[in-house]
Amino acid sequence: MNALVRLWRFGQSRCNADNGEYLVPLSFQDLILTLHHYWSERGCLIVQPYDMEMGAGTFHPATVLRALGPDAWKAAYVQPCRRPTDGRYGENPNRLGHYYQYQVVLKPSPADLQQLYLGSLDAIGIDPLKHDIRFVEDDWESPTLGAWGLGWEVWCDGMEVTQFTYFQQVGGFECKPVTGELTYGLERLAMYIQGKDNVFDLAFNNEGVTYGDVFMDNEQQMSAWNFETANTDALFDLFKKAAAEAENCLTAKLPIPAYEQAIKASHIFNTLQARGVISVAERQAYIGRVRDLAKGACGAWMDAKGYAA
Amino acid sequence: MSADFLLELRSEEIPARMQAKARADLARLFAEALQAAGLTTEGIETYSTPRRLVLIARGLPEATEAVSEELKGPRANAPEQALAGFLKKTGLSREQLEERDGVLFAKIEKPGRGASEVLAEAIESIVRNFPWPKSMRWGSGNLRWVRPLHGIVALLGEEIVPVEVDGVAAGAATVGHRFHHPGIITIGSCADYAEKLRACHVIVDHEEREAIIREGAAAAAKAAGLSLVEDEGLVVENAGLTENPVPLLGRFDPEFLDVPREVIVLTMRTNQKYFACTDDTGALAPAFICTANIDAKDGGEAIVEGNRRVLAARLSDARFFWEQDLKVPLEELLPKIDQMLFYEGMGSLRAKAERIAKLSKAICEKWFPERDPETAYRAGLLAKTDLASGMVGEFPELQGIMGGYYAERAGEKAGVVSALNQQYQQAVEGCIPVCVALADRIDTLASFFAKSIKPTGSKDPFALRRAALAIVQTILTNGTRLSLREAFGLAEAKADVNELMGFIADRLKVQQREAGVRHDLIDAVFALGGEDDLVRLLARVNALQGFVETGEGTNLLSGYKRAANILKKEQWDAAAAGGTDVPAEEQALVAALDAAEPKAKAAVEAEDFTAAMAALALLREPIDAFFDKVTVNDPHKETRARRLNLLARFRDAVHQVADFSKIEG
Repeated sequence: MNALVRLWRFGQSRCNADNGEYLVPLSFQDLILTLHHYWSERGCLIVQPYDMEMGAGTFHPATVLRALGPDAWKAAYVQPCRRPTDGRYGENPNRLGHYYQYQVVLKPSPADLQQLYLGSLDAIGIDPLKHDIRFVEDDWESPTLGAWGLGWEVWCDGMEVTQFTYFQQVGGFECKPVTGELTYGLERLAMYIQGKDNVFDLAFNNEGVTYGDVFMDNEQQMSAWNFETANTDALFDLFKKAAAEAENCLTAKLPIPAYEQAIKASHIFNTLQARGVISVAERQAYIGRVRDLAKGACGAWMDAKGYAA
Repeated sequence: MSADFLLELRSEEIPARMQAKARADLARLFAEALQAAGLTTEGIETYSTPRRLVLIARGLPEATEAVSEELKGPRANAPEQALAGFLKKTGLSREQLEERDGVLFAKIEKPGRGASEVLAEAIESIVRNFPWPKSMRWGSGNLRWVRPLHGIVALLGEEIVPVEVDGVAAGAATVGHRFHHPGIITIGSCADYAEKLRACHVIVDHEEREAIIREGAAAAAKAAGLSLVEDEGLVVENAGLTENPVPLLGRFDPEFLDVPREVIVLTMRTNQKYFACTDDTGALAPAFICTANIDAKDGGEAIVEGNRRVLAARLSDARFFWEQDLKVPLEELLPKIDQMLFYEGMGSLRAKAERIAKLSKAICEKWFPERDPETAYRAGLLAKTDLASGMVGEFPELQGIMGGYYAERAGEKAGVVSALNQQYQQAVEGCIPVCVALADRIDTLASFFAKSIKPTGSKDPFALRRAALAIVQTILTNGTRLSLREAFGLAEAKADVNELMGFIADRLKVQQREAGVRHDLIDAVFALGGEDDLVRLLARVNALQGFVETGEGTNLLSGYKRAANILKKEQWDAAAAGGTDVPAEEQALVAALDAAEPKAKAAVEAEDFTAAMAALALLREPIDAFFDKVTVNDPHKETRARRLNLLARFRDAVHQVADFSKIEG
């Protein structure tokens, strides 16, 4: 990124006027704002997080549904992700039950997607001649979405900072054209650029507020709920109801509400997993149920938009 | 004039594990394409980097040879339709045909095709049909490649081979290192290709990069006063991840060395692709060697620091599991493995462990009477508990090894620790480990065979062949003397023991083939039926092989086969015999059998199979002389019966050692 732009954006106290190098590493919120600017300038819609619980930014309809059919699409957004089983009561410096992903989707995937991505690393202050950036094979598959793609995990000095995927199928449908998906792990990236070993020590802003100040209570209480307190009978019931409602919406040819109910069922399933009440044998059946609903919603979306399969 | 050809297929990063096969496939497909077109080459070389697949073909001619061929057509007086069909097929007119002896001939000249044209076709066909293990589409196109394909350099001599595949046109331009020289480079010919790229921080030759990593890592370790733990798999993988490899040594907090060495090395290797180092005592050193892809501005300081922090996070995780696991004695994990299924209808892992324990104890009591059967039981019972530990959940490859560590920390006996540690190896050592390893595999084989689940062809989803081989290797490595039939009989699941023994015999044959032991001789000893002690069985086979490969053995074998054939033809079973006409050769054979039989029997009992063979060798001359001079098929019924009985006696004497009818040749 141009030194002048950085200077204009962050001021002389935070970046070098000659070469634009950050004097103070980006805070968590400036990291997000910088990525927003970067991708906005490259033609992406900056859409907002989806207002439902989900395990990954991919579940946002701005990725899943928009990856279907022939229409071009470019979007970027932050998505809060909940993974109940990864919660550690705030005691593990690297693991969280709730965290943020920065998601970029470009369809059709442009020929210079790798260059665009590397440009975003430069924008947040990672110099590729000082840090070792590598594209290491990592194929992506989401059994609950009936989706898969090929790509890499991007390493920065041995740390995985981004998942880079070319979607081949979503909801069981071939992706034509192909969507390129970039998923940045925001906390990891921030820990990396700020040189922090503990996620709770991250500078959230430049006024002394840490990530822990904002989220420690959340991690502690949500871990306790996910692992100990959640009423499993009620959750099993909710799963059934969400699944039934998804079917209901499919019958009514309402793909978006159907998809929302599928996401809801998926998250309830994740919580039940954390409570340890789903056996290995049952697990596949639950995943299969969610996949069928998600595929149904994708198919209904294709129909509603008049896309040929 | 011949010319060299250069092909570079440039894409986004090719997975490291796919590069070796891709090079081989490229060379093969290219050679096939040239051969099909009749174009010769003096040699094909292939190279790869993460972003390029490269082929150089030396000494291509300018064109393929012109070929002239003659096609026989219809007779000159054939109906009009026949002639029209022939003209259409050849594309000639009636005047161009030649008539000889009333038959029409067409002479077809196939001019040589320019090499460039042949190459253009070959490139397109190779790109469109390349056998990647997994391929993908990108953008709006339909072309499939391992990752998006961005450029093709195709130069015959200094000329561009004109070809375009789905919008990717061949040219002379490529790019240098992703960060050091992202701009365009124009290649002149294959002569300057590697050097131009080298100047742009790309080493095209994978073997050269491997050497840089191998030697650079060793040098980095040495400079730090340490030794590199060599790992060729990591060398190749890192060479497949870099165009400009730079090995860098970093250090981690020595406090992590409390965690077992295997855990640290595995984390470094599989998660981070780092080499490990040892100090001068051979102990693991708190150091790692990563392979960067750039010559960093700061000499790699930031890279090493970044990698150190990633490793520290991983090792913290590993230490967390290690410490958590140590809080729970293995025995307390039994209820947990009771929740884990071994296989549908074969109970939980706990049920499996209890079967192993009982069988291990029984094997110990019967064949290792000097050992404590309770230790064998305990080792069997705890064998699978580590599968419920946090560490094995995270690193499944460490099953068994972690069990050994946890058992040691819990103060279990040395036999238990060793049995747990070794249980997944193909050949374990030590009495208690042998009891447990055999019990585990015998239970597995018996359980699956009892349910008629057996390997078929190349399908062996439960690795039963591997289990059988482990039984063979463990027994032979330790010289363990036991009756396998009896051992299978002790298993809880009741399977057909003959079938299981046949399955084991097949593995033994495969395993011994490498040692040069003939499979027919193993069959010859197995065919006796009673031999199920693999150690004794192999001693027999070895003695037999020593014998049948001498002249004496070959002769005895042919004597045996002759006798056996006569007996088979007669379907001879023994009959009352008599007669007075006993020629000298017959008497001599009787005397030889009288002498050889007790000797062979005693030798077999003493398990001195070489001596048993020597005793049989005494029969060689008499049997030859007998067949030479004596007619078995005597007109006197009783004499004939006597001689057939004698042949049967000879055959049975030989069978004391092996069933010679199974021996080939």
